[in-house]
Amino acid sequence: MALVNPALHGLDTSDYSVPGKGRGLLDVFHWRFLLKLLVRKETATRYRNSALGWIWSYVRPAAQFVIFYVVLGVFLQMNRGVDNFALYLFSGIIVINFFSEGFSNGTKTLVDNAHLVRKIYLPRELFPIAAVIVSFVHFLPQMGVLLVVCLFFGWLPSVMPILAILLGLLTVLTFTLGLGMFFGSLNVPFRDAQNFVELILLFATWVSPVLYSWKMVARVVPDWAMHIYLVNPLTSAVQLFHYGFWAPVTDGAFASEFPDAFWTHAGIALLLSLITLYVGQAVFRRLEPKFAQDL
Amino acid sequence: METSTVGNAVATERPAVIVDAVSKHFSLKHTHSLKETFIAWTKRKPLRTEFTALNELSFTVSEGESVAVMGYNGSGKSTLLKLMSGVLRPDEGTVLTRGRVAGLIEVGAGFHPDLTGRENVYLNAAILGMQEEEVDEIFEEIVDFAEIREFLDQEVKHYSSGMFMRLAFSVAIHVHLDILLVDEILSVGDAPFREKCRIKFGEMLEKEKTMVVVSHDMEMVRELCSRGIVIKKGKLRFDGPIEEAIAYLESPAYQVEEAK
Repeated sequence: MALVNPALHGLDTSDYSVPGKGRGLLDVFHWRFLLKLLVRKETATRYRNSALGWIWSYVRPAAQFVIFYVVLGVFLQMNRGVDNFALYLFSGIIVINFFSEGFSNGTKTLVDNAHLVRKIYLPRELFPIAAVIVSFVHFLPQMGVLLVVCLFFGWLPSVMPILAILLGLLTVLTFTLGLGMFFGSLNVPFRDAQNFVELILLFATWVSPVLYSWKMVARVVPDWAMHIYLVNPLTSAVQLFHYGFWAPVTDGAFASEFPDAFWTHAGIALLLSLITLYVGQAVFRRLEPKFAQDL
Repeated sequence: METSTVGNAVATERPAVIVDAVSKHFSLKHTHSLKETFIAWTKRKPLRTEFTALNELSFTVSEGESVAVMGYNGSGKSTLLKLMSGVLRPDEGTVLTRGRVAGLIEVGAGFHPDLTGRENVYLNAAILGMQEEEVDEIFEEIVDFAEIREFLDQEVKHYSSGMFMRLAFSVAIHVHLDILLVDEILSVGDAPFREKCRIKFGEMLEKEKTMVVVSHDMEMVRELCSRGIVIKKGKLRFDGPIEEAIAYLESPAYQVEEAK
């Protein structure tokens, strides 16, 4: 390192550090104690002063399921040839729920923690990561409700569905974190980012086969467009959840209800998520030095 | 620039803090919406002005040295501390530190009103860079120093402002560190607590901790620091023994604009 001060020429600077220069996502490992506390802060204060506390996290998704089941399945007869339509709907929608919450929290977290960012140096990556983990913690009860319902319908653990669930989780987690870091860092200089994210989330529920089956899309769009549709990480995660939770309790679903190149699409989708994470963190690091003065 | 030899004979030793030809600029936006930007653009008004907070500032702080940074408001003192803590990054030049840096810059910034005193101690110590076992070690000391033991499991929002500041300050001061950055904080608490803080600072000096202090309180500066750096409009104006630095700050020499 070239120093201007002549008195310091020849100084060995190897054990010096540059204040404020982090090592990106690697720093998180060193700061995991703080990460744990930041996550606990959010989860502990969420149900402060509420008598039922965490029960609310189970009641909401359970009510959502009952509504889907009764209104869409029984009243509207919207099964459209999909067996166990309520379960199909529910296993997809919790993925979208997680994505929406994680993505929007991740985008806003730096602005919400402006008082800390401006005053104390800590690796700023911690904020979006903590936000996504918090959303994940809130997502777990929903998955728990889904699992209970699935068990009720005769779901039994087997290798491929569990693998599909894990792959789906990995895909949606990296994708959410990548997008959260990307838009979160843009949100510091341009507060428009969080409005833009709301717009994206409006589309998110509809571009993935949550309320309908992918077959309906396949009927109207050409083959090449179908591939693009299916490698969307969000679509892939939703499909993997269908594969893991809904298909095992639905007769013949494995044979007829999934596209031919299902696992290939899932692999490409995971790759796209990882690229999103890489780009998101690169943009984050690029903008990070100016966070404190732009907030 | 008037300099004295104190603190400059560091070529052979390894300073704890190096500030090398550091400049920091801020751009002040004059417009806050697209409409204003457009109107300003049509009227050919400048959209933003560059403001130089620090201008090619250079100095070093030796290990165990205690330095006061002095100057009037707006001279760039706080910006300088923020560069040392890493909150801000220099636009030109280099800042290097050796060892663990912690700032008594914004005491209590990481406190969450809905968490208990105990939870806040852990959260804030972690924000200042401590690991779990380290906080366990100093936890009792922090609580004793803040004198809030019976309220430890109360939510911090029920604390009086004095209790809150005492706890926040106590956390900050007990964190393991090599370099302490202090920005105008000794107005904390009542007289007995202030006295305790003074003793604690004295202990830190004895332990050869490096300190950089920003303060307008000349009494405190005299007591804590052996060397003073005076800056004005982001430029170094004086660097030398503390008494001379204080004298310089109060002399007419500080008031006149520096000749180019």
